[in-house]
Amino acid sequence: MTAGWETVVGLEVHVELATDTKLFSAAPSRFGDEPNTNVTPVCLGLPGSLPVLNRRAVELAMAVGLALNCEIRPSVFHRKNYFYPDMPKDYQVSQYDQPICSDGWLDVPGGSRVGIERAHLEEDAGKTTHLGGADGRIHGAVGALVDYNRAGTPLLEIVSRPDIGSAAEASAYVEELRAILLTLGASDARLEEGSMRVDANISVRPAGSDELRTRCEVKNLNSLRSLRNAIDYEAQRHIELYAAGDAPVQETRHWSEDGRTHSLRSKEEADDYRYFPEPDLVPLAPDDEWVDEVRAAMPELPASQRARLHECGTEPEDAQIIVGRGLAPVVLGAVEAGADAKRTVTHAVQNLALDGAELLGIDHLASLVQMETSGQLTATQAKAVLGIMCERAAAGTADPAAIAAELGFEAMAADELEALVDQAIADNPEAWEKFCAGEAKVAGVFVGAVMKATRGQADGQAVTQLLVQRRDA
Amino acid sequence: MTSAHVIASEVRAGTRRATDVLEDFLGRVATHDGDVHAFNTVTAEQARAAAAAIDAAAEGGRDPGPLAGVPVAFKDNLCTRGVATTCSSRMLEGWQPPYDATVVQAMTAAGAVMIGKTNLDEFAMGSSTEHSAFGPTRNPYDLARVPGGSSGGSAAAVAAGFAPLALGSDTGGSIRQPASLCGIVGIKPTYGRVSRYGLVAFASSFDQIGPFATDVADAALALDVISGHDPADSTSIPAAVPDFEAALARGVEGLRVGVVSELTGSGRNGAATGGPAPGDAAGEVLDGIDADVTERVLEAADALADAGATVGRVSVPAVTYGLTAYYLIAPAEASSNLARYDGTRYGLRVEGADVEEMNRLTRRAGFGDEVKARIMLGTFALSAGYYDAYYGKAQRVRMLTRRDFDAAYADFDVLLSPTSPCVAFRFGERADPMTMYRCDTCTIPSNLSGDPAMSVPFGTGAEGLPVGVQVMAPALGEETMLTVAAALERAAPPLPKPPLAAVTGSTGAGR
Amino acid sequence: MSTDQVAHVARLARIELTSDEIEHYTGHLGRVLEHARQLEDLDLDDVPPLAHPYPLRNVFRDDVESSPVDRDEVLSQAPAASGGQFEVPPVLGAEA
Ligand SMILES: [Mg+2]
Ligand SMILES: [Zn+2]
Repeated sequence: MTAGWETVVGLEVHVELATDTKLFSAAPSRFGDEPNTNVTPVCLGLPGSLPVLNRRAVELAMAVGLALNCEIRPSVFHRKNYFYPDMPKDYQVSQYDQPICSDGWLDVPGGSRVGIERAHLEEDAGKTTHLGGADGRIHGAVGALVDYNRAGTPLLEIVSRPDIGSAAEASAYVEELRAILLTLGASDARLEEGSMRVDANISVRPAGSDELRTRCEVKNLNSLRSLRNAIDYEAQRHIELYAAGDAPVQETRHWSEDGRTHSLRSKEEADDYRYFPEPDLVPLAPDDEWVDEVRAAMPELPASQRARLHECGTEPEDAQIIVGRGLAPVVLGAVEAGADAKRTVTHAVQNLALDGAELLGIDHLASLVQMETSGQLTATQAKAVLGIMCERAAAGTADPAAIAAELGFEAMAADELEALVDQAIADNPEAWEKFCAGEAKVAGVFVGAVMKATRGQADGQAVTQLLVQRRDA
Repeated sequence: MTSAHVIASEVRAGTRRATDVLEDFLGRVATHDGDVHAFNTVTAEQARAAAAAIDAAAEGGRDPGPLAGVPVAFKDNLCTRGVATTCSSRMLEGWQPPYDATVVQAMTAAGAVMIGKTNLDEFAMGSSTEHSAFGPTRNPYDLARVPGGSSGGSAAAVAAGFAPLALGSDTGGSIRQPASLCGIVGIKPTYGRVSRYGLVAFASSFDQIGPFATDVADAALALDVISGHDPADSTSIPAAVPDFEAALARGVEGLRVGVVSELTGSGRNGAATGGPAPGDAAGEVLDGIDADVTERVLEAADALADAGATVGRVSVPAVTYGLTAYYLIAPAEASSNLARYDGTRYGLRVEGADVEEMNRLTRRAGFGDEVKARIMLGTFALSAGYYDAYYGKAQRVRMLTRRDFDAAYADFDVLLSPTSPCVAFRFGERADPMTMYRCDTCTIPSNLSGDPAMSVPFGTGAEGLPVGVQVMAPALGEETMLTVAAALERAAPPLPKPPLAAVTGSTGAGR
Repeated sequence: MSTDQVAHVARLARIELTSDEIEHYTGHLGRVLEHARQLEDLDLDDVPPLAHPYPLRNVFRDDVESSPVDRDEVLSQAPAASGGQFEVPPVLGAEA
């Protein structure tokens, strides 16, 4: 950042809500299927079709709103009118001046409190594929194909206040928001796959002032890196314009992978959406009872999960990883059930970047850690068992004892191990002398020999303990 | 002509075959629809198959339902799976929906047999059926005159004896006004009483489907079948459906009937003065309501008084502004509802160099003059800088109307007025838009409030043409409305059948 | 209402009009809006707007799938289709 200036960022984040069906139609809201197969008359905007609101989408929106400390308010859907081929009705149904969630905040870890202006429900558009035209861009295209499978997918648009002061803080905000969404099960929130889309409103101002200058909205930010780079680029661009006695114009800009933003040709009617209340839907007025029900069903939020992980000795970076993977409930649960905190956290950070990990049962993880600390499994074996546990977690058949038995990870009898250790000492007399003389490093020779003899199934820690016993005897 | 009641009971009893009934009506359609042009599509083959299935059911001892074997005509803005649903527009010419409207399902499930799809003003925008892309429908009483609109095809079909029942849609009077002009009964139920799922939208917060029939009992029978909550329509009211037919025999003794001052002059004799006149009855009568029509309304009020009702006059001041509010809100909703006709997914496409040009050329070629005018009017009423002055203000007038009706219904059980300010007019006679829009002066207020209203024939006016009286009731008050309508029907002077129906030979069994 | 306004509204509504037609609709719309001036004198600041005739609230469906519509049946009604998708001319004025 150039001295004398500060960056001002507000983020608009669209997330696809994790419902089974669309916002206003009972078509599956699934991706990857054949084009135009997950559509009903509503998704295609067929004449005579009518929308009916998905209760689950509303509940997810309310849960996100509550997690963002918003007020849950009565709300009305409006129509936003504009023509585009992937908008089946040529209007988008969205909450306009009465969003369901408003006036909240999000505390960014290591940053500041960012105000949440609103979070509102709206429907997604279909997908247009442009044919011909160099590198898939529109210019020079010979036509386009439209798939309405995505049309009508529920989106929650979360709009922050311009309280974000840097690219790093913006990135942290999105990460924290993502952790909340995952924790709530409200969205899978994948930036790269578009189930979470971030637009950044960027401006600059003289450091220390609280004015709001002309902002530009930057789109096409498909990763946190793009978000950070785009903010830095755009802020610098504004500073240079001001320095040259010029000023930015309010517009929408596109982030491209060449590391620049560039202006989008504005559509003529872009500023006249002719919003009016959607007459095919009735007002939404969640009563206190319903809001309380949704609140009561909410899981523990990331900030609180992190605090509890810190309490049991977890480093902040590790806590962040565990929360980010959605593993906090099972990790904290296992620790509460008596599992060694350090071992549990180590597994979660090192060995559980796996699909299905978040589905592990608390009891299963706890007993795995106990098997390991009691010497029934070596660290290597525990890792192997964990991998299979994750594969089977969804089916609920991830019992570590059964899996260890399947893998032949029988706990070695104590006298068997002692015999192997004695054999290793006998085979390596020089090393044994060094060990007895205090060279702890050479313990590796004996551990290696025992491992070799047991094809890796022995517990290295137990071997070391026996060596110390023999030396001190 | 045979009523739906008679047909259904005979087919259910096995004394008459649905197939024979159908052929009678198809024969009349073949003979006369060339003159009337009530139908865009006659679905003879499908109807024959459906009628045969009804007969098979009846012979097999299964009850085909309360409308067993009754031919029914559907307005061509109701979606029928695999059968062209055009809205009388070039835009949707030949479009075959992949689904049936809820009312179409309900009628079919009750044993009714679809005989065809009826003509309308394009996208239901009009009051004469002159604005159909496929040519106008003619009034069976006088082929030189309009049947009214926009459900003119459905009204003419029932009046001409092409079907005992038809369904239409009423956004600003499009069932009641053509019923009035064609001398039959037409009901606009409470908004939300009948599902709109599968009705091609014109103005969503006004549109409501309802029946046409030659008498009140048949209309009530059809209303019974199509009413009820539909989870596919968010604006559908989750209320129990009363037995509408049971309401017909109840007398009007003790009912309080208010004649709406603004819509009904005092007449030559100062009639309808019996009973109290609560509230402010001093509303000024609106211009343009013909004297002969007013006379019939006053006679109808007298007839109700004779039958034991308490009759008074009542002012509903907001009706003065109804027309204006309606002609801002309805086009606004229409401008959005009709945006989807862009050449992408169904219907007409005129090719262009890019999507935007394709949209513009398609919509130029696909929409008629009146539809374009209303889309642009509605677009304007919603556009930046004009919303508050037009659309916003009209929504407040809508609330005013709601309140004025509430006040009137505090003192009266039903309200009475003309349905149409005039009898059937000649083609081209009301070419100026405002002149045409004034056809809806009396019907629009109930669309603004969402309350039920219906038209019942009550004598004739100029040139012996039918006059309809409008009975209005508060939301979900269809039973009382029907009680009063049945009483009016009993008291009404006999209405001559249309010349068409009179010359139609009666060859089928049961007539 | 001016011809410029009519031309603007026609652009918003994506309806191609000739200059003669713009004249025609300027007259047509003008007559209706002239009538709408009757609302100007009406003081309705204390009257809230009414959007729905019947006061329903909170109408939902459960998050349960129903069978989708048949793609071939729908695409057979489309002006142009290719590979299971709706085909349109090139889209200008926006980004891919
Ligand atoms: Mg936005
Ligand atoms: Zn949005």
